[in-house]
Amino acid sequence: MPESWYPFFEWCEGTLLGSAVRESVVAFPLIEATHLVALCVMGGALILVDLRMLGLGMRQQGIAELASQVRPWLVTAVAVMLGTGVLLFLSEAVKCFYNTAFGVKMLTLPVALLFTFVVREKLVQGLETGARSRILGSVSLVLWFVVAAAGRWIGYS
Amino acid sequence: MIVSFLEWVDSTKWSVMLLESYYMWPLLETTHVLTLALFVGTAFMMDLRLVGLAFRRVPVSAFTGRLLPWTRIGFAIMVVTGLLLFYSSPLRYYRNLFFRLKAVLLVLAGLNVWFFHSRIHRRLDEWDGDWTPPRAARIAGIVSLVVWTSVVFSGRLVAYNWFDCDIQPQPAWVNTLAGCEVENDETARSDEEGAPTLAGWITAS
Repeated sequence: MPESWYPFFEWCEGTLLGSAVRESVVAFPLIEATHLVALCVMGGALILVDLRMLGLGMRQQGIAELASQVRPWLVTAVAVMLGTGVLLFLSEAVKCFYNTAFGVKMLTLPVALLFTFVVREKLVQGLETGARSRILGSVSLVLWFVVAAAGRWIGYS
Repeated sequence: MIVSFLEWVDSTKWSVMLLESYYMWPLLETTHVLTLALFVGTAFMMDLRLVGLAFRRVPVSAFTGRLLPWTRIGFAIMVVTGLLLFYSSPLRYYRNLFFRLKAVLLVLAGLNVWFFHSRIHRRLDEWDGDWTPPRAARIAGIVSLVVWTSVVFSGRLVAYNWFDCDIQPQPAWVNTLAGCEVENDETARSDEEGAPTLAGWITAS
């Protein structure tokens, strides 16, 4: 993280929301657990379509059909992930500033979001199982794996 | 007897090595947490279909036939990593209130799976394509969503020491449920003072 961004992280930690979460004993654990439940929904929604693109799982259904049916749940889960994630960040922004895993997550998360909601969303229309769909499914799984693993690793460093 | 067995497990070489390892323990826990997306995630997708909240045009058999094997793979990874994490610190988890709650919830979740597959799934042919599955299937779906959500919550809270035995005084019910061995006067003292707050317990430590 560039040194010049430090004041911003410091400001984040001082916000009303950040202080409220930090000063409560139960807020951080409960928000964290909610973040994990949303991870389940988001992960399930992604994996179901990614597996299908790899030619695994629900092969009787079309790729575009599955993607469109799962979409409301994917969007909802991502929204909850972002909301809870921002709260967790605000409560310990300065720690995050010095945290390599947090940096990795912030670099890969926008890429994963853009890939899922722009690239994958567009290419999935009329897509049949093949080399192209397999590449899309693999890229999606790898991107989100890095985001999630880096997220868990914030707590260890 | 359970305690002395766990004390022995706790003292084995591999258990100590695992607990003190720099990378192995975090890697195990990361695998455990990330596999949530595969295991609970795919289970949730099937639950949403059973409740009638998603995938209305996809027959239920596509979930029980094609997606369930992946849920099972996720479950196997959860069990192996979970048992290894337990093995690293068995006594601590055995006396952890949230761990005990999680164990009870896992039994409930298992009963629900058994109920669904032995009773409801057998007659799948009759309602496979229905937009809204029969009441029993919807109930099994809701129970699954609620219980697995509670499992994730209690599992995450195992990491916090709010109710740990070495943080006294705790209310008598906490010591009883967590299986803490405490001096009688300590419990009595906490009763006199009324139930202390979470914050009180944390600062008391």
